[in-house]
Amino acid sequence: MNIKNKIKITVNGKQMQIIPKFSLKSLIIKLKMPLNKIAIELNKKIIDKRKIAKIQLKKGDKIEIVHFIGGG
Amino acid sequence: MIDKKFKIANKIFKSRLIVGTGKYKSFSECAKAIKTSGANIVTVAVRRVNILDKNKARLMDYIDPKKITYLPNTAGCFTAEDAIRTLRLAREIGGWKLVKLEVLGDKKNLFPEMIETLRSTELLTKEGFKVMVYCNDDPLMAKRLENAGAVAIMPLAAPIGSGLGIQNKVNIRIIRKQTKLPLIIDAGLGQASDASIAMELGCDGILVNTAIAKAKNPILMAEAMKFAVISGRKSFLSGRIKPNLFGSASTTNKGVI
Repeated sequence: MNIKNKIKITVNGKQMQIIPKFSLKSLIIKLKMPLNKIAIELNKKIIDKRKIAKIQLKKGDKIEIVHFIGGG
Repeated sequence: MIDKKFKIANKIFKSRLIVGTGKYKSFSECAKAIKTSGANIVTVAVRRVNILDKNKARLMDYIDPKKITYLPNTAGCFTAEDAIRTLRLAREIGGWKLVKLEVLGDKKNLFPEMIETLRSTELLTKEGFKVMVYCNDDPLMAKRLENAGAVAIMPLAAPIGSGLGIQNKVNIRIIRKQTKLPLIIDAGLGQASDASIAMELGCDGILVNTAIAKAKNPILMAEAMKFAVISGRKSFLSGRIKPNLFGSASTTNKGVI
């Protein structure tokens, strides 16, 4: 695939390039994220984790993936 | 004497000690301290996953949320919107509705921003969250939080992580008198005796993080806190003697030779 066809997205503040028609589920698999331990936001909207296969990522999408860490 | 149950939002917890999971040297040390403390509830924070280090250990690998109640917090939030966003995400991770609200107003002293805290309590309660609220030790504000639907009032003893112990016992006692909600001292305790004092004031429980995590021996301090909470509670229930300015001999003078 020509690099010009790639789409720029932002994941947790870091830029990433993906191929067109890449789903949110593919991204989670690529990043090896355990679904039962994370929550996902797409453009500040919380995503139902059961529906991520149906969501195609678009140019400029901002994704946040969070989990629990130690805190008081 | 049978004590009344420690109940938050209709759920009973055996231990009156709630433990934070931050500032430990490692997850394994944290897990060991929690186990030793006997706590049934631990606070946790919501943060970005490190996408560059996919194999990094996770808190949930060490502390099983099926065995211990996770209490997601809003640490680092400065507005109601930040807090609501954070807790919605926490709920999405695993369905948690019991949450600890903490909306700060100043990065240095970490005091709660009470106007935003009150607004957040109202909004989160409307959304179905059971909100345990970190607050200042102001009885009037505690009353307003209660009216807004808080399920527990959690006044600070002193600034977060300061280890100064309870600075205003009078206010804590007044809050105790006025509320039937669980009253839990959150923030500022430094050692086991501070925990006992909180319990002797009639608090239902305490929340400790730094005092355990940053002690030279966190596991030993976790154990000390466990016993201090039990001891303080029993002391409160037993009905202490009235303080007296003058002495009162323990031995009778009857039969003195």
